[in-house]
Amino acid sequence: MSEKVEITLTINGRDHAIRIEPRRTLADAIRDDCGQTGTHIGCEHGVCGACTVLVDGAPVRACLMFAVQAAGKPIETVEGLADGDKLHPLQQAFIEHHGLQCGFCTPGFLMLAAGVLKREPDISDDDLLDVLASNLCRCTGYQNIIKAVRAAAAELRAQ
Amino acid sequence: MGVIGRSVPRLEDRPLVTGRGRFAADMSFAHQLHMRVVRSAHAHGRIVSIDRAAALALPGVVAVWTFDDVADVPPIDFRLTRIEGLEPYRQHVLATLRVRYVGEPVAAVFAEDPYIAEDAADLVTVEVEDLPVLLAADAPTGEFEPGRSTEPTLIRKEYGDVDAAFRAAHAIVELDLAVGRHSGVPLETRGAIGRYDAARDVLEMHGAAKVPHWNRDQIARMLGREPSSVHLYEGHVGGGFGIRGELYPEDVLVCLAALRLRRPVKWIEDRREHLLAANHSRQQSHRVRAAVDAEGRILAIDDEFFHDQGAYVRTHAATVPDLAAAMLPGPYRVPSYRALGHIRLTNKTPGGTYRAPGRYESTFVRERLMDAIAARIGISPVEARRRNLIGAGEMPYERPLDTLGIHIVLDSGDYARLLDTALAAAGWDALQATLRKRRAAGELVGAGVGLFVEKSGLGPFEGVRLTVHAGGAVEVITGAASVGQGVETVVAQICAETLGVDYTRVRVVHGRTDRIDHGQGAFASRVTVMTGEATRLAAVKVKAKAIDMAAALLQADAADLDVTDGEVRHRGRASGPSIKLGDIAQHLAPTSRTRGEREPGLTAEGWFFTSHMNYPYGVHLAVARVDAETGGVAIERYLVAYDIGRAVNPMLIEGQITGGCAQGVGGALFEEFVYDDRGEPLAVTFADYLMPTARETPPIEVIITEDAPSPLNPLGLKGAGEGGINAVGAAIATAIDDAIGLPGAVTRLPVTPQRLKALLANAKRR
Repeated sequence: MSEKVEITLTINGRDHAIRIEPRRTLADAIRDDCGQTGTHIGCEHGVCGACTVLVDGAPVRACLMFAVQAAGKPIETVEGLADGDKLHPLQQAFIEHHGLQCGFCTPGFLMLAAGVLKREPDISDDDLLDVLASNLCRCTGYQNIIKAVRAAAAELRAQ
Repeated sequence: MGVIGRSVPRLEDRPLVTGRGRFAADMSFAHQLHMRVVRSAHAHGRIVSIDRAAALALPGVVAVWTFDDVADVPPIDFRLTRIEGLEPYRQHVLATLRVRYVGEPVAAVFAEDPYIAEDAADLVTVEVEDLPVLLAADAPTGEFEPGRSTEPTLIRKEYGDVDAAFRAAHAIVELDLAVGRHSGVPLETRGAIGRYDAARDVLEMHGAAKVPHWNRDQIARMLGREPSSVHLYEGHVGGGFGIRGELYPEDVLVCLAALRLRRPVKWIEDRREHLLAANHSRQQSHRVRAAVDAEGRILAIDDEFFHDQGAYVRTHAATVPDLAAAMLPGPYRVPSYRALGHIRLTNKTPGGTYRAPGRYESTFVRERLMDAIAARIGISPVEARRRNLIGAGEMPYERPLDTLGIHIVLDSGDYARLLDTALAAAGWDALQATLRKRRAAGELVGAGVGLFVEKSGLGPFEGVRLTVHAGGAVEVITGAASVGQGVETVVAQICAETLGVDYTRVRVVHGRTDRIDHGQGAFASRVTVMTGEATRLAAVKVKAKAIDMAAALLQADAADLDVTDGEVRHRGRASGPSIKLGDIAQHLAPTSRTRGEREPGLTAEGWFFTSHMNYPYGVHLAVARVDAETGGVAIERYLVAYDIGRAVNPMLIEGQITGGCAQGVGGALFEEFVYDDRGEPLAVTFADYLMPTARETPPIEVIITEDAPSPLNPLGLKGAGEGGINAVGAAIATAIDDAIGLPGAVTRLPVTPQRLKALLANAKRR
């Protein structure tokens, strides 16, 4: 084991000063040290994407990154997606299109889509399918997730 | 129009899309310890020694347990389908003298931090003397322990004179078929937190799912406590699919540790552990024969199968092979029938149920048989099925078999009509013409159907307590559970329509043993049927109480009053005097002077009892394209027609079917727990265990019909959980056959690229 280090994680605009081992993953630090449990851990080897968050605006698998690597960088998690009580268009679309059942993979899909739509608001349906194929869902069969993200993309373009 | 039958948005969603869910890992208690399980690296062997000194020396480690520490804890018992002879094969919470599969819990480490617990687990040395490994369920039996064979018992289901039917047959078709080992694999791994509150002398387990009440009773029994001093709490559950929520060794270990170590103990499974340790399912091989007449009508079916149970018999006991044997006849008339199932222990992860247990397997077998009959008689696969379907006029149809201890009576159905509906929706004849043209142009493309009968609404009981509170909010407390399928919304809809309130005013409490004493949980597509009807019964009572009180307050005749939008008013009148349900609840408060002799509280219990299941049914239709170069299969089109009896929320039913279907595609083409010849599991990450992504999952067309409401409950409800997955293996197999022009080619699932290329190569050689 190694000495703990002091770092600051900036999650959804708020600073969290934490003391952690350098080997601690970003996912564990976000959840257990910063108390933001909306980011879920589904496989811990970077395949399922349930732990997807945005670091510097880009989707990242928080289980494959050490917390120390994210120090000082802006981190966005599902808790920061809504504007107060007003849901983000993606969140609203997931509800309207029944894009979730158990909801465990949902934060990962929301953050994946949020990151991609920010960078590529006009992404084609086929490219979007490729992006969404990088996360796993075991309940929905994906169709409603795809519908929800397409609907939210249209809504965001219109805004 | 009422709220039953409408695709209203779910009540569950808001916390889940905002990151405010409470899954097992999201819960923590002050001063908690973390458990890490040391698992066997050997498929079969005698435990020679376990050295825990190095682990105990690590700072932060509080305890390390082996079997000696838990020798007083009995093995985990059976929840369903207990049959004689299986008891000696139950699993202890830690391995005793032998290890029998890679992943078996051997020791448990308790530490201040999960990282330390994992470090310490690596320092526990387990010395094992290897024993012969048995991996094939249909191989000669071996020794489970001295004097005990790896075949505990047989499942037999039989009626009619099978041998006579085969002697008189015009033709006999015979197939060897196999379904691969795969499982539910929810996205949330398992997790449990044990907590002992000495002040109240109550043991709590958080992270419960599926069957909290049964698990409460078992934990109490195993740990020598009164059930009233043990409580289980279900938070959000990240998918169930049959495997999650059964009582596993880890659940008992955290509870025992919380009692002994006097600190909360948290255990969160990692994915590798999940793939090694949570229930596997499905693996069976069948030798099936059918006797048919000259028109292709079935005279008898004779099936012998080998069920690969893995290393121990867990909570489901004989459930999966029992269902496979009993449900195999499906929607067809089978005058004589015999199934003989061998329950076999192997050195692999123990098995349990996975969504449509025994039916995914037996539907594959039966529908392969129907295709073979069609080929043999020289009629189309659709025609072969049509000639054998049980007619609508024959309902209710008694099948002289039982399963889960319940006599099978197909309660209602018009199977031929649903087949017509599905074929019409697919444009079947035009589709056949298009596919012929494409095949003539060199494409390997084909279509197939799979028919099935599901079962749902398993009893014998479910109960709810329904209360209207003073503010007008309605609370329904049920002993059922939620594994993410939308229980709260569906129960709220049934409550809302019956009582006359908005469904968003209904709070549904589930999975809490401290709120209701009895409950059977969420499995066997039972919740909408059982809790739904219990809710309706309770709502009828509460409504009558409300109207009775309101009649006194409004000086009206109760017969003239009704409840709409949460208010009691004169039937059919939009204006005039009215009183809100919340106000009536206040009038019924214990201290109320207006209450009179009425019982206090605007509340009632509803109990629904049934001694039969009901039987929804469906048709799957697949169009598949095969790439001869890679052996890959693309599903171009997939259609499911499903008769639900009565749809409470069509959007949620479609969701169940689509999700089940995607899982079925996984089992048909990708997912398999493969082992090497030493019993080493080769699929222990999501890079090896391949679940379908958005790319592999086709758009799924869902047709929900209400042709055959169940006569067994007043709303006509049947379950929706398992029809989406049931016939996927069957339909894809026949579509692949059709695509490659080799009837009966697919005999084994999953149809991986390697297996498909081998089929094509064999065909070329012939």
